[in-house]
Amino acid sequence: MLEFSLHASAAAADSPGFEPNAFIRIDRGGSVTLVMHRVEMGQGTYTAMPQLLAEELEVPLDQVRLEHAPADAKRYGNPLVGGIQMTGGSTAIRSSWQPLREAGAAARTMLVQAAARQWKVDERELVARDARVWQRSKDRSFGYGELVDLAAALPVPEKVQLKDPAEHRLIGKPIRRLDAPGKVNGGAIFGIDVKRLDMKIATVAASPVFGGTLAGVDEAAAMKLPGVRQIVKLENAVAVVADHMWAAKKGLAAAAPRWNDGPNASLDMRAIVAQLERESAKPGAVARSEGGAQERLAGAKRIEAIYQAPFLAHATLEPPNCTVEVRPGQVDVWVGTQVPDFAQAVAARAASVPTAGVRIHNHLIGGGFGRRLEVDFIEQAVLIGRQVRGPVKVIWSREEDIQHDMYRPYYYDRIAAALDASGMPIAWTHRVAGSSIIARMLPPLFRNGLDRDAVEGAIDAPYALPAVHVEYVRVEPPGVPTAFWRGVGPTHNGFVVEGFIDELAAAAGRDPLEYRRALIKEPRARTVLDLAAQRAGWGKRLPRGEGRGIALMHAFGSYVAQVAHVAVGADGEVRVRHVACAVDCGTPVNPSSIAAQMEGGIVFGLTAALWGQVTIAGGRVQQGNFGFHDYRLMRMNEAPRIEVDIVPSSAPPGGVGEPGTSVAIPALVNAVHAATGRRLRTLPIGDQLRKR
Amino acid sequence: MAKLNINGRDHEVDAPADMPLLWVLRDLLGLTGTKFGCGAALCGACTVHVNGRPTRSCVRPIGSLQGMAIITVEAIGETPIGQRVQRAWLETDVVQCGYCQSGQIMSACALLAQKRAPSDAEIDSAMSGNICRCGTYGRIRAAIKAASS
Repeated sequence: MLEFSLHASAAAADSPGFEPNAFIRIDRGGSVTLVMHRVEMGQGTYTAMPQLLAEELEVPLDQVRLEHAPADAKRYGNPLVGGIQMTGGSTAIRSSWQPLREAGAAARTMLVQAAARQWKVDERELVARDARVWQRSKDRSFGYGELVDLAAALPVPEKVQLKDPAEHRLIGKPIRRLDAPGKVNGGAIFGIDVKRLDMKIATVAASPVFGGTLAGVDEAAAMKLPGVRQIVKLENAVAVVADHMWAAKKGLAAAAPRWNDGPNASLDMRAIVAQLERESAKPGAVARSEGGAQERLAGAKRIEAIYQAPFLAHATLEPPNCTVEVRPGQVDVWVGTQVPDFAQAVAARAASVPTAGVRIHNHLIGGGFGRRLEVDFIEQAVLIGRQVRGPVKVIWSREEDIQHDMYRPYYYDRIAAALDASGMPIAWTHRVAGSSIIARMLPPLFRNGLDRDAVEGAIDAPYALPAVHVEYVRVEPPGVPTAFWRGVGPTHNGFVVEGFIDELAAAAGRDPLEYRRALIKEPRARTVLDLAAQRAGWGKRLPRGEGRGIALMHAFGSYVAQVAHVAVGADGEVRVRHVACAVDCGTPVNPSSIAAQMEGGIVFGLTAALWGQVTIAGGRVQQGNFGFHDYRLMRMNEAPRIEVDIVPSSAPPGGVGEPGTSVAIPALVNAVHAATGRRLRTLPIGDQLRKR
Repeated sequence: MAKLNINGRDHEVDAPADMPLLWVLRDLLGLTGTKFGCGAALCGACTVHVNGRPTRSCVRPIGSLQGMAIITVEAIGETPIGQRVQRAWLETDVVQCGYCQSGQIMSACALLAQKRAPSDAEIDSAMSGNICRCGTYGRIRAAIKAASS
């Protein structure tokens, strides 16, 4: 039976046991603990990472215990994101594929060596299997637990022999999720479920206008309510601390905070878009330039377009929450975070304690999508916790979440191409304008005005374009905080590039599938494109008002193609009937999880393309909850049938958490064009197709 | 003091009559399987059964629950339908982040108690109040069908 330890720091202090590396611990009783250095937020890491470890360690998955890693970037840093201990960018398996298999193999090798010494035999006579080391010829074995003391005294091998993939028993198999049992019976512990002795519950309101400050609160009115214990005032927010959430909510309403709106009080979408329009007319930092694209374009008959993608909220179903206990020199933080080391640093700063005095107890995350890459809510909780005796759990209301998310930037793209006589592009220019998340979050990676994330998917489309010029213009809308959102750069650029490719195909009078096939330079891209088209029945006649759209991307190390089939009603309502998805993500580690990530990623992308937008008026976000006319999310009755084909491959694994989202959006927009003849260049689709 | 019957046991809780059941379950009784998602009966994460009917506990004041039988996800596995649904959920590998799944399972169990073999339209109608941000809808549908056969 799988279990999770409650605390990341619960490492058994009694017997050191056998701990050959940062990921594996085996005690004398034979209990195997695997330390999870990328957090589980639904994407299946807590199944796929154990598969990699257990495959080489030779332990059955139903005998391992999983533990969340503590904050420790030295041991758990992610080499694909500059060494930060980050779960994101669809990198968990890509960054773990080699090191976790090697960690498992190193431990296995040492256990085998320990048994060989014990029996005084050649280790080549021994084999590890099912958490035991066997000498088959004598039909004898040691359990791993019996070998830990001897193994712990051996040197860790510098080079290890990994298994032949043909021998894999776990990798490549559709292993059912290890975290599922607790998620169907209410037993799984998310950050919001943390319990501490004498814990208080707090809820907060921050200035509804970005950049505003707290002017005053009616403390007396709040304090006289039963269950309300304390009012904590911060510069830009107020928290009501209570015995339970209901008292905290009522207390916050009674406190009726007043605000100084500050400099952004009149900010609205018109000003934000006007700023983007203006700034994007100027040259930007060059991300890629070859073939003299701008010169070629200047003299040619060109096709031009402007694409706009809105601010988006993450809308994770588990609202932001964080439990803290601040004591002199010591801070404990119980939270679900994608960045434990950032969380530790921000908590230390907020509490004015050394980093070493902060313990991050990570938790299962009820949806991340990039929201939990941010530590704003952790900093706020520590600032509140500094003023509270004992542990306090800070929970945001849904309205607080939608209005104080950090948003996927509003992007404004200018794209153009020139076509030859046969309609194929001879020059391609693309200028991306929008907020830079990298510049704020990872400043060393923001160089010469260029944000590599903002142009990912724009500079590396899987097409043979003879002349390409891509630029980025950083435009920061005043006061609006921005952040990564599922699919990051490729999600925004996939919409632009794949929408525009469709426009070029239309201008050339050619079929969108055939046009892409003619442009593709990579066989793996062609394979997924053909597979999705075939699965969808591309080319088969559809009734009036229906259409199929196709899109393709190479992103996160994977190739993904999708065909969306939509029906647009006479009233302009778009229904997505079916999505065919083909993915080549290199070696498939867990086919069930890969399919699940495609299915979920597609629903996530369709949701955004159909309805997703955060708008700002009077300096504040106008959305607040999940209502039909609010921040609408796709529901069961609106979800299409989805079929996923996984291409067999022995290439190193690619990422799967995000590309499904990135491709779904252009596939849908292209399908709407096929169904209606309307080319939508501004998201969301919303009511753009409704008769006026 | 309010008296509530939860998962077959009587509880006396010191809470005002207007307090939603959700916070009594989570903050006073420590039953954290029932989740907070929206606070406005829009997402279904907080679904429990009240006298067998699926109920959004985030907006249901405890003052209206006297003498009623409340079942939460922690106890649904003790019923034959709950057991079948949980097993189907595992066999179909439904969950991702899992945060909405307590509510999904409670809605699915209530549906199957009413309809042994629901149609797609009946599944849509019973389940469309439960949002899954991870997009596990296809697998939820498949699991409900597996549990119904």
